[in-house]
Amino acid sequence: MYKSWWKILGAVLVVYSTIFGFLASVPKLPILYESIRNLYFHVPMWFSMIVLFSVSVFHSIKYLSSGNQSHDLKAVESVNTGIIFGILGIITGAIWAKFTWGQAWSFDVKQNFAAIALLLYFAYLVLRNAIDEEQKRAKISAIYNIFAFPMMVVLLFVLPRLSDSLHPGNGGNPGFNSYDLDQRMRVIFYPACLGWILIGYWIYTLLYRTRILEQKSNNNL
Amino acid sequence: MKTMITTVFLVMVTLQLFAQNGASTVTDSFYASGKIYVVVACVMVILLGLLIFLFTVDRRLKKLEKKSVTKN
Repeated sequence: MYKSWWKILGAVLVVYSTIFGFLASVPKLPILYESIRNLYFHVPMWFSMIVLFSVSVFHSIKYLSSGNQSHDLKAVESVNTGIIFGILGIITGAIWAKFTWGQAWSFDVKQNFAAIALLLYFAYLVLRNAIDEEQKRAKISAIYNIFAFPMMVVLLFVLPRLSDSLHPGNGGNPGFNSYDLDQRMRVIFYPACLGWILIGYWIYTLLYRTRILEQKSNNNL
Repeated sequence: MKTMITTVFLVMVTLQLFAQNGASTVTDSFYASGKIYVVVACVMVILLGLLIFLFTVDRRLKKLEKKSVTKN
């Protein structure tokens, strides 16, 4: 959490993927054309969100088994950061949809369930806000988190594949990796994912460290 | 004959439909005239600015943490 090497790596990967995301050549596909470059930005947002929510549920489980309050703080700050990335993912998805599907929100299965998954985690924050006592808050929200995470996974990955969808990879559409994510894109896409995941994790650690300091100064008063 | 004319007419109507203008002259000339570099430069300014901000926040936090450790 306090080392710098992975933060610099994340920054370098994001800068690299952004520059070459715009300049490198991409396959020319119908409907998408140049907007396929959004793959380097829209998808890493979601991957970062999933990694952060995984971190969160991990710390929620750890809190329930140990009672150590730092796990609870890690759980909530990773949800905070994950929600930011999820919102960015939905907005970038809507912008992309406006240009490829015709409307920003077409009540597509994937779009709807992504919004519902985010609402699940908004509810986590609302739940925490409703409980004043620290330990009770931590315990109840940890239990909720353990339910919310698999629900989010099902909403985002399972259900859209079972019904009609415009989104690549769902509803009978081939995923991007099946035939058009060629080497030119993979060499930028994978570093972009890793870079943004590292940046997301970094932002979460900054929020957590701030919380710890706030707590320390509150205890010293 | 009537169906032929109707079909030709309907096909001409569909030609007006565009969900987006992907393969247009705009996107092609962006590359040709080098204007894509303007886009890259703008996005890099924003991105580097935000990353530098993250680094400064990290450094400030490190300083505070060091101070609080020595206090205790």
